[in-house]
Amino acid sequence: MMWLSPSESESLSLSLSVATRSVAFSLPPAILAAWILTRRRFIGRTLLDAMVHLPLVLPPVAVGYVLLLLFGTRGPIGSWLERLFGIELIFTRNGAALATAVMSFPLMVRAIRISLENIDRGLEEAACTLGAGAFDRFATVTLPLLLPGLLAGAITAFSAALGEFGAVITFVSNIPGETRTLPLALYSALQEPGGEYAAARLAVLSLVLGLGGLLLSEWFARRVRRILGR
Amino acid sequence: MLQVAVARQLGAFRLDVKFELPTPGVVALFGPSGCGKTKTVNIIAGLLAADRGRVALDDTVLLDTQQRIDIAAEQRHIGYVFQDARLFPHLSVAANLQYGLKRAVGRRYVSLDAVANMLDLGALMQRRTHQLSGGERQRVAIGRALLSQPRLLLLDEPLASLDRERREEVLPYLESLRDQLAVPMVYVSHQFDEVLRLATHIVLMQSGTVAAQGGIGAMSLDRHLRSIIGPDAVGAIIDGVMLGQDSASGMSRVRVGQGELKLQTAAMNPGTTLRVQLLARDIIVSTQMPQHLSVRNNLRGTVTAITDDDGNSDLISIDIGGAQIMARITKSATRELALKPGAPAWALVKSVSLRGHSFPAFHDR
Repeated sequence: MMWLSPSESESLSLSLSVATRSVAFSLPPAILAAWILTRRRFIGRTLLDAMVHLPLVLPPVAVGYVLLLLFGTRGPIGSWLERLFGIELIFTRNGAALATAVMSFPLMVRAIRISLENIDRGLEEAACTLGAGAFDRFATVTLPLLLPGLLAGAITAFSAALGEFGAVITFVSNIPGETRTLPLALYSALQEPGGEYAAARLAVLSLVLGLGGLLLSEWFARRVRRILGR
Repeated sequence: MLQVAVARQLGAFRLDVKFELPTPGVVALFGPSGCGKTKTVNIIAGLLAADRGRVALDDTVLLDTQQRIDIAAEQRHIGYVFQDARLFPHLSVAANLQYGLKRAVGRRYVSLDAVANMLDLGALMQRRTHQLSGGERQRVAIGRALLSQPRLLLLDEPLASLDRERREEVLPYLESLRDQLAVPMVYVSHQFDEVLRLATHIVLMQSGTVAAQGGIGAMSLDRHLRSIIGPDAVGAIIDGVMLGQDSASGMSRVRVGQGELKLQTAAMNPGTTLRVQLLARDIIVSTQMPQHLSVRNNLRGTVTAITDDDGNSDLISIDIGGAQIMARITKSATRELALKPGAPAWALVKSVSLRGHSFPAFHDR
């Protein structure tokens, strides 16, 4: 892209890459969590609900710090991941994706949950009487009807992931080309003397991205509603 | 044979029903709203758990709480037509129909083409479900259930959400379903005219239990039925055989019992069996051979019973030779005519108050 400087386009593509990975990481567990919270009644459900929403109310820096403790090279999960799979999260873009995934997880679960609550259970019963087993019903009835919610959730989470700052900088630091996403680049620009112009350009870029995401989400929702005739 | 004997406690409501249906046949679960009809079919389908009981269809036990048998709903192969159709909104009509067909196991007794023909679905195939009218939705729902090749078809007030015209539009399809496929049906309804058109057996339900049950002929004279449908809708439902057209009047001549009725029907071949309802309030009783009357129909018979109806009138049961009919007359008329069991009587009924529906003979036998 000609009208972006090399470092700007690097931050942009890194942000897109991190946000994409983030959505890919969090989508399956978000579907699972939304499913459990809507369909199952069990002791500890309220606690699970609170846990899912925790990132919304915690300071992002605290989330980053907890991730550092758990997934750092000496952390219980981090050391295990590195030993068994050679996966390193700290100071990497996958780590940045994990941090943004955790932060945007509640948004995703919320969107899927609303959609799941609106699905007529009667349709699943009908599928059941037509011979569809539990997994079959989920794949052929629930999931397609969930699609609007999944898309809305994914796009919201993607947009939120593009803007995540605190958890990312705490967990994976601010390394150009690896973890310096748009908001981190913006922050760095502001730290440098005379960086206002660069910061303004990055702010405009973030604005365009965010707006694009919201418009895209609305367009998808309308299209799906039309297909389903609602 | 479908055997159902199940119990379930739901809050303050207690469901405890037991009935049997010879197959093939159509049993109507009939009763006021909230008497447990839908819960009963949900237990048969496996969508609602029973506290205890047994459901068996021919040799297959679907549920037996004592033997700890409880076949999952998706493996029962029971078709279910819901009151609200429940078509899949993300699929076309064709894909809805194929949903059950793809998952059917065992012998396929009805094809997509046959169902599309029987229910006139050809023109709807590529539509989306929200483009269908209420009647069309129910026809698709019926087709979808049938194509899953069910051993039993449950229909839960499939016409309740339709207006009168749409109901009349769908009813003939249900009749042809009954006549062309030998699939047994459980039909939930609180509209007696639907029961009259479709059912071979009636299970009368009241507040969670079975008040009475039996073949439709016998049940049409049941006092529990009267309490549900009201005195004006009570009347004998009897089987008749089409004899032919009366050339002078253009009316159909139908043999019932030892007598003959003239009534307006749709065109039918001689020999066709049909079902006739004679409303008790429309029947005049005479102790002599009537003459000089405009009434076209008089059936000769013998009084078999006189029962009090509502304090002011009596129900007179008359055997017309192999069939029972019932007349409602005032108590003073009973006294003046000196009616008593064993006395000869003529039952008079106006042709215009009779309705006959074609109904194949293999039922009710």
